[in-house]
Amino acid sequence: MNKTLRVLLWIAVATLGAAAVGVVALRRGEPINALWLVIAATCCYALGYRFYSKFISARILALDALRATPAERLENGRDFLVTNKWVVFGHHFAAIAGPGPLVGPVLAAQFGYLPGTLWVLAGAVFAGCVQDFVILLFSIRRDGKSLTEMAKEETGPLGGFVAYSAVIAILIILLAVVALVVVNALKDSPWGTFTISMTIPIALLMGLYLRRIRPGKVLEVSVIGFLLVLAAIWGGQWASQNPALARVFTLTAPSLAILIIIYAFAASAMPVWLLLAPRDYLSTFVKLGTISLLAIGIVVMHPTLHMPALTRFTDGTGPVFAGKIFPFAFITIACGAISGFHSLISSGTTPKLIARETETRMVGYGAMMAESAVAVMAIIAAGVLQPGLYFAINSPAGIVGQTAAAATSTISNWGFPVTAADMQALAHAVGEQTLFNRTGGAPAFAVGMAHIFSQSLGGQTVMALWYHFAVMFEALFILTILDAGTRVARFMIQDALGHIYKPLGRTSWYPSILATSALIVAAWGCFLWQGIKDPLGGINSLWPLFGIANQLLATVALCVATTIIIKLHRTKYAAVTLAPLSWLVAVTFTAAWQKVFDPSPRIGFLAQARAPAAGPMTVATSRLIFNNRLDAAVTAILVVMVGLVLVESARQWISIITGRQAVQVREAPFVLTRLAEEQG
Amino acid sequence: MNHIAHAARILLATLREIFDEAAYTRFLGRSHMPSSPEAYAAFWREREETPAPPKCC
Repeated sequence: MNKTLRVLLWIAVATLGAAAVGVVALRRGEPINALWLVIAATCCYALGYRFYSKFISARILALDALRATPAERLENGRDFLVTNKWVVFGHHFAAIAGPGPLVGPVLAAQFGYLPGTLWVLAGAVFAGCVQDFVILLFSIRRDGKSLTEMAKEETGPLGGFVAYSAVIAILIILLAVVALVVVNALKDSPWGTFTISMTIPIALLMGLYLRRIRPGKVLEVSVIGFLLVLAAIWGGQWASQNPALARVFTLTAPSLAILIIIYAFAASAMPVWLLLAPRDYLSTFVKLGTISLLAIGIVVMHPTLHMPALTRFTDGTGPVFAGKIFPFAFITIACGAISGFHSLISSGTTPKLIARETETRMVGYGAMMAESAVAVMAIIAAGVLQPGLYFAINSPAGIVGQTAAAATSTISNWGFPVTAADMQALAHAVGEQTLFNRTGGAPAFAVGMAHIFSQSLGGQTVMALWYHFAVMFEALFILTILDAGTRVARFMIQDALGHIYKPLGRTSWYPSILATSALIVAAWGCFLWQGIKDPLGGINSLWPLFGIANQLLATVALCVATTIIIKLHRTKYAAVTLAPLSWLVAVTFTAAWQKVFDPSPRIGFLAQARAPAAGPMTVATSRLIFNNRLDAAVTAILVVMVGLVLVESARQWISIITGRQAVQVREAPFVLTRLAEEQG
Repeated sequence: MNHIAHAARILLATLREIFDEAAYTRFLGRSHMPSSPEAYAAFWREREETPAPPKCC
């Protein structure tokens, strides 16, 4: 293609993108088609990848195709391995894509579809993709070192300690909040609980099949497992209609929480091949398939968005979670825009697989764009619902009222008409007894997804199957995160305890395995229990806590990246990481301040702790007071630690720029790649 | 047609990597063992010694 044609093409992409963003941002008072969001996202990603990531590659990172990567220099056939770039892309995307980009945007849809959409697009292009890309490249140039190791080397021991602590804190809060999402999706749902329960014997069967019958044939057994899961979804309908079975599988939130805690402890302590790995394969298989299916469904069906661009809850009085757009929309949506957790994966397995430095652009920047696209799909899934239905599903009883009549009256008075009959009809269509107070985002996403699918495949008659397929899909990979996350945290704790008493660091020593597994499960179980007992639904306090912790980890990652950029004498381009860093500092510190000190009990933890203290003191109120003080303390500790890293990093940047400190670049020495020679 | 076949090969290779089939094949090559229940057990013993890679939210 000649240059003039290329220029014209990119002008056309930019014009189309601007028009689509304009429609998304400016249209008021009438529903818009979801395709406008798809077009806006596609054009923004194309422009971001073509121009911004290329600018970063050329001017800041100076990607060098001749420099041997650790995958080549340290190749051992195990951790370090030269791998095809598309394979690494798929592997990296499968590792970063979790329930976060699906749940966060659904929750933030209480502000309308516009704030979430703009944050997902701008956040991904200018922050999230940049973070993943630069951390991946810097890890490659340091032989695949982890973020905590790089933070220790580049910003000092404090940086390393804070990164380590932030990772543990995030894992604990993350596990609690995703467990709460599953509990809220499955409580009083015999169909859903039956289906998810069946995935445990299915996973065990897959583990035994792989071990005894067809060793290593994972794809084959995943297909078999998937067919069995489909049978379990079908069987769930039968179980929910059988009075005896329905009684067994109709569980309250506390019962489900206890079962999930026991499950996660057992799965973490059991041999990986038996339960954790097959379950992981099954959930990855379902996840990749469902995301692809949803993308096709949205493009083919191009549904209409009924949610307005902005709702009245931009004033901070939202029922799903309290707080204004700034800062709460930006911590509620993390994974679709920027997620600190991604920096762990960009400095984990992925840098050990990349064959050439030039491929980091596609893997680091590109995979995050794909994740962001998943978040756009979640916004669409929430937006296709009538707003009244969306708020009835997502609002806790403590806000809208305990009865169907009270809830629908409250929501209708907000200007989002809904009747008890509408909710009853919807619950009936999806095979549930009720959909009121299903907080957490997962049920609303499942209803939206079922709505999109049922328009094309099977119609309303199979809406219940699609709904339970969606619930199963979310619950399955959330439970995989629970057992895998508990195991990751266990390894980290064992690694630290090994410095105090050596046997505790041995990952094969059972007393250590049981003790550290119990410690981790107890930690997140405590937050989960707090969530299910919270009269405001739990998500109101736990999701912002998770968002703050996750974005604070991104702050640490961007501090490390900025330090390295300044050390590389690219100070004039440091704004590429410094701008998203400044934004995240403004967002997380404001959110943390409000969550701790805001005088409204719906926002501030301390205000909420003071509110019940005014009434009669019972066991429940004293627990509520303790929980809120604990949340406030965790938030404050995280912010103070990250604040210290910021001060330490800024001090270092000034010392380097003013020449008071000698620059020490800790990259592995340059080695000429053999891959280039082989290609002539 | 060649492009489609190439894309299908890449897709299969990606799935084999994500689902650890490629890792198991490399293990067999490294340890000079034929595929068997014992080899698969040894593969998992080796994997369980290393920290599990994190999975994002």
